[in-house]
Amino acid sequence: MTVMTATRRALAAGVVSLLATLLTTAAQAQITPERLAAAPNEPQNWLMYSGNYNSTRFSPLNQITPANVKNLKLQWVYQSPVAGNWQTSPIVLDGVMYITQRQNDVAALDATTGRAFWIYRYTPAQDRIVCCGANNRGLGILGDTLFMGTLDAQLIAIDRITGKALWKTAVAKTTDGYSITHAPLVVKDKVIVGVGGGEYGIRGFIAAYDAKTGKEAWRFYTIPAPGEPGSESWQRCPPNSKGFCDPDAWKHGGGSIWMTGSYDPKLNLTYWGVGNVGPDYNGDQRPGDNLYTDSVVALDVDTGKLKWHYQFTPHDVYDYDSVQVPVLVDNWDGSSINVVMWANRNGNFYAIDRATGRFLVGKPFVKVNWMSGFDERGRPKQTPQGDGLPTYPGNQGGTNWYSPSFSPRTGFFYIPAWEDYASIYSPAPSEYKVGTNFTGGGPRNLSAVPGAPGLGRSPLNTWTEAAGHGAVIAVDQTGREKWKFKMTDVTDAGILTTGSDLLFTGGREGYFQALNARTGELLWKTQLGAAINSGPTTFRVGNKQYIEVVSGLSMFVFAVEE
Amino acid sequence: MWTTLAVLAATFMAQAPLHDAQYPDADIAYGATLYASKCVNCHGTTGDAIGGVNLRSGKFRNAVIDRDLERFIRAGSPAGMPAFTLDNAEMAGIVAYLRNMNAFDSATVKAGDATRGRAVVEGKGNCTSCHRIGAAGSRVAPNLSEIGSARSAGSIQRSLVDPTSQMMPINRPVRAVKKDGTTVAGRRLNEDTYSVQILDDRGQLHSLLKSDIRELAISTTSPMPSYKSTLSESDLADVVAYLLSQKGQ
Repeated sequence: MTVMTATRRALAAGVVSLLATLLTTAAQAQITPERLAAAPNEPQNWLMYSGNYNSTRFSPLNQITPANVKNLKLQWVYQSPVAGNWQTSPIVLDGVMYITQRQNDVAALDATTGRAFWIYRYTPAQDRIVCCGANNRGLGILGDTLFMGTLDAQLIAIDRITGKALWKTAVAKTTDGYSITHAPLVVKDKVIVGVGGGEYGIRGFIAAYDAKTGKEAWRFYTIPAPGEPGSESWQRCPPNSKGFCDPDAWKHGGGSIWMTGSYDPKLNLTYWGVGNVGPDYNGDQRPGDNLYTDSVVALDVDTGKLKWHYQFTPHDVYDYDSVQVPVLVDNWDGSSINVVMWANRNGNFYAIDRATGRFLVGKPFVKVNWMSGFDERGRPKQTPQGDGLPTYPGNQGGTNWYSPSFSPRTGFFYIPAWEDYASIYSPAPSEYKVGTNFTGGGPRNLSAVPGAPGLGRSPLNTWTEAAGHGAVIAVDQTGREKWKFKMTDVTDAGILTTGSDLLFTGGREGYFQALNARTGELLWKTQLGAAINSGPTTFRVGNKQYIEVVSGLSMFVFAVEE
Repeated sequence: MWTTLAVLAATFMAQAPLHDAQYPDADIAYGATLYASKCVNCHGTTGDAIGGVNLRSGKFRNAVIDRDLERFIRAGSPAGMPAFTLDNAEMAGIVAYLRNMNAFDSATVKAGDATRGRAVVEGKGNCTSCHRIGAAGSRVAPNLSEIGSARSAGSIQRSLVDPTSQMMPINRPVRAVKKDGTTVAGRRLNEDTYSVQILDDRGQLHSLLKSDIRELAISTTSPMPSYKSTLSESDLADVVAYLLSQKGQ
């Protein structure tokens, strides 16, 4: 009896212990909204596109340091099966990495070896209409479910253990020019995505879907309909228009969404950057400021209602999409104001009160001549250049979609920039036809010799010193330059900063570089063989910190070997 | 607009002048010869042989700017026009001609003769002492074997009389002095943040690390002489015609 009791006790203790282990594992595995909001507290994981809801692309991990970064060694390489510009940024959870790969595949990999657990394959509709290739920048996660937007404008939920689809929702009609290329933002019980198609005359929107069912919860159109607030910025055509003016301009006014937004749990607001107006270049056919194109919009995350907006480039004729990742920073410049920081494609750095939308500061970080300053409310004083004259920054912008970074340790904001770069614009009337290119003319490069071949970039860089070049520019919280790291070629690479004051970035030249985040000093570099078009990430498995970056068709993962 | 290599490539390739720019006579003349061989059967010598289409008007329903016109010519029309595959030089020529068809005077703007042009290039022009065409000539200056598909007629013509104005930035003469005192002079083939690749004046390839270079001097003046006063107008037109015929393999 006594023996039996002891055995039973031992068994019972074992069961309790096992249950506790299982519960702990389950608790670890479950990604809750609270864990997403507290992502910086588990720096071993990388739980969303920009690493955290503030979208700083900063990690507190500090095992890799300025002193040992020279010992970084390649751990593994994973090659994408489909050729093309690969822009994914992974999610890493408990040693498993979840990535998107062209066209719309999802793969689960061992984050320490690159070996695949499963690959979910989705073939987007053949008649899809997407501007710029089979791009997908990543996933969202909640519970045990991954979420992916597709090139044919579907939203798909996938079981992260089995790799099987759970539900699929049609977000928009791809044959009308709609697509999804960015990583969804998961907040509370909702999955938030927006639509691309700014060159196809879409009417852009951001929408939230129930994470369990895929049912639409709310939708915010980035182009207001007549009578709605903001619709006054789509003015009537003057009675005697000299050129072509489109009375229905708002119906195909663009305002695409193609980068992931941010979220402030205290204010319950989600922030999104809105893309260019359509048609891109011919302003005469769409009089007015054309809200909410080229704006940041702050939406109530439960209802999708607009709380405030700020328009960076009213009545844009340069294709200055404002889709950049909104970076949320508290106690701006030592004050009590919490802001959204923004390096815009139009060449300016901004700080905006993220509770109210109040413009605090705007300052060029590259050469700018399309405007000459701001009025007290932050409206740019536009200075259009004459026919045939260069506009700075050029069509691809002073920066573009590539992720910036903010380090709470240095207090600096880091911008991947194109310096001294201009375009000459030639607007032309453009009639809207469903699903066809709708740009209203086009830009050309400043420095080319007329009638000679165009200038090329990596791997054979023929731009040289004659045209723009890339840089990482570190600015303080008012936009003052602190240091600059110049590159010969331009850069489309995002930036990662870490808790040991390292900054990782790439560029078109294919170098993956580690800089001192305080000084800009080059500490380490390696040549990966092709342009780096995404933002690096970092994570930890066991006791080892890893650094991930995509170059060309391959994902490279590094760690320090002492 | 999202940025891609494809978009950039399209932007960079859009080198044909816009319709408000000057169209060089050499382009118009080249375009006239192309029109006579590729377009005249349907559109007629006066450009109005198809009902409702008058090319001499200079106005095109589907092409406000030159890039639209290029796109239309490359794509063809459901109304019956086939798609045309033209190289950069041909496209620049045909667009220039179409924009100027009404004013074009074949008596004053003449296309040159490629055979005579070859004789000038290999003879009194002395071009092959620096340039290479096919298997003959020096490698020091840019290779001209594909110049006829890469450059417009106007650009080639201007290169002959004002070489600096047409020099691509990558062809600027450079002189690198290494820290060990040795010098490499030539022109760049490629460059990145940390290195530069040079074809030197003796036809040798060098890849230099910038950390090993003490000084890198770059000139914006072309070392090529102008032929404005040393070749006649007729010689120049012949040379342009010969170079336009160099379309590569």
